[in-house]
Amino acid sequence: MPEVHRKLERNAIGFVLAIIVVSSIGGLVEIAPLYTIDETVESDPNMRVYTPLELAGRNIYIREGCYACHSQMIRTLRDEVERYGPYSLAVESKYDHPMLWGSKRTGPDLARVGGKYSDFWHVAHLINPRDVVAGSVMPAYPWLARNPLKISDLGDHLAALRKVGVPYTDEMIANAPADAFGQASPDASQASGVTERYGNDTTVSAFDGVPNRVTEMDAVVAYLQVLGKLTKAAKTEGAAGQGG
Amino acid sequence: MAAIERDPVTGRLTTGHDWNGIAELDTPIPKVVIFFLVVTFLFSLVWWILMPAWPLITTYTRGALGIDQRTEVEESIEAANAARSIWLSDLAAKDWSQIQADGTLMAKVKETGHRLFGDNCAVCHGASGTGGPGFPDLTDGDWIWGGDPDAIAQTLRVGVNSAAEDTRTSQMPAFGRDGVLDRAQISDVAYYVRSLSDPSLATPETADRIAKGKEVFAANCVSCHGEDARGNVDLGAPNLTDSHWLYGGSASQIVTTIFGGRMGHMPTWEARLAPEEIKMLALYVATMGGETQFTGEQSQ
Repeated sequence: MPEVHRKLERNAIGFVLAIIVVSSIGGLVEIAPLYTIDETVESDPNMRVYTPLELAGRNIYIREGCYACHSQMIRTLRDEVERYGPYSLAVESKYDHPMLWGSKRTGPDLARVGGKYSDFWHVAHLINPRDVVAGSVMPAYPWLARNPLKISDLGDHLAALRKVGVPYTDEMIANAPADAFGQASPDASQASGVTERYGNDTTVSAFDGVPNRVTEMDAVVAYLQVLGKLTKAAKTEGAAGQGG
Repeated sequence: MAAIERDPVTGRLTTGHDWNGIAELDTPIPKVVIFFLVVTFLFSLVWWILMPAWPLITTYTRGALGIDQRTEVEESIEAANAARSIWLSDLAAKDWSQIQADGTLMAKVKETGHRLFGDNCAVCHGASGTGGPGFPDLTDGDWIWGGDPDAIAQTLRVGVNSAAEDTRTSQMPAFGRDGVLDRAQISDVAYYVRSLSDPSLATPETADRIAKGKEVFAANCVSCHGEDARGNVDLGAPNLTDSHWLYGGSASQIVTTIFGGRMGHMPTWEARLAPEEIKMLALYVATMGGETQFTGEQSQ
């Protein structure tokens, strides 16, 4: 054995290859099985995809760095389940590219914030958190209400996600800008297409309070209101906690 | 290369290498380090057997102890519920007045209700329940949908203008934007409404304006707010004669409300909170308006 090692460490290329083989064992053991073990990810055939408006909101959530202070991951701990609701399941992040589980909570977890508060509250809170929660340390995001949302390229975003496995149809991709407008304009003719393509549980609402005008605020609030609602898997999977 | 020698000072052997006359002792690794290394390996062997550890191709080793975080959290929640079950079952069995008469049970309700309120209600209604513009004050004794525990529990369950099927619904029309009233009419009725809670506005000079406003009020507003403008808890129409204003009581704020209408929104909590949690919150919120609320009378 010492003779083998003596020869190996005197051969530069051979030694580099040997180092690569040895140091990748840990990664292979931990990562490779994730591609073959399916039983750790629940399946939900009824799970819906993000609408174009929600996806745009998700992109803004990433742009503004919300994930730095808010997690989207309810751990299997009693206090978290009692406060936030059923613990998070892998399937709930299935269409998240990248996932936004986060690793730090300065603010509360947002995994199940969808439907917990009103649109009106979200808008007031994002414009100035201190207006509704005295003592909040969250920064204000007033420009969201002023900036019109760029919806023309949303079809490209959907097409990109389809490449990594999100089941967007050709129809969804072709109608992405119209659906983004329709979801924020309940009285517009485009609104019906949204529920047609994304299901009747999709919320169509003038999220920022102003119909027929799509702002970044519309997108962010639409995204926040769908968090935890893409699939009902967590409610049926057994998490005993009723939590709130 | 020098021969392996014994060092005269330490008594240890040298490595046999010689670097320009400097030799190196071949001191072995301390035994205690080897010992803990071996212990660590043995521990991991035991751990691999007891706990979920090794990935196989399509599954993984479950571990002899059968420990799973998901069942653990469910067990801890069940244990907590069992510990609470003594008074929770009491809470479920008794009706509102029986619970309110039970001092020890009410102490539990207030303690737990305070936590529930903080986790779920405080962001809109404020940590002390005093609300804010657009979010009702729960401490002022002025209830939009009724302030007895039963009415509050119903509001919690179905919400207001929420996604629930049997939601409470109320919408004040946009009298100005939809062209029902013109500018002068809105201005007059706003002045009349302000005069209801502020009698100093009713002077001989303004009597004409108030009379006009009252006419507009009678034609457009009484169906919800009532002839005496004291509101209607069945319709969620606020009392306009008191000094509590949900959307502000200044002249411009009232004109804005009449012009653009109002449609508040409270989420439904039925899917998020357990029935006993809603019951506790209803009792807790009822006490926020002062103990007088326990008489069961609605509004005011």
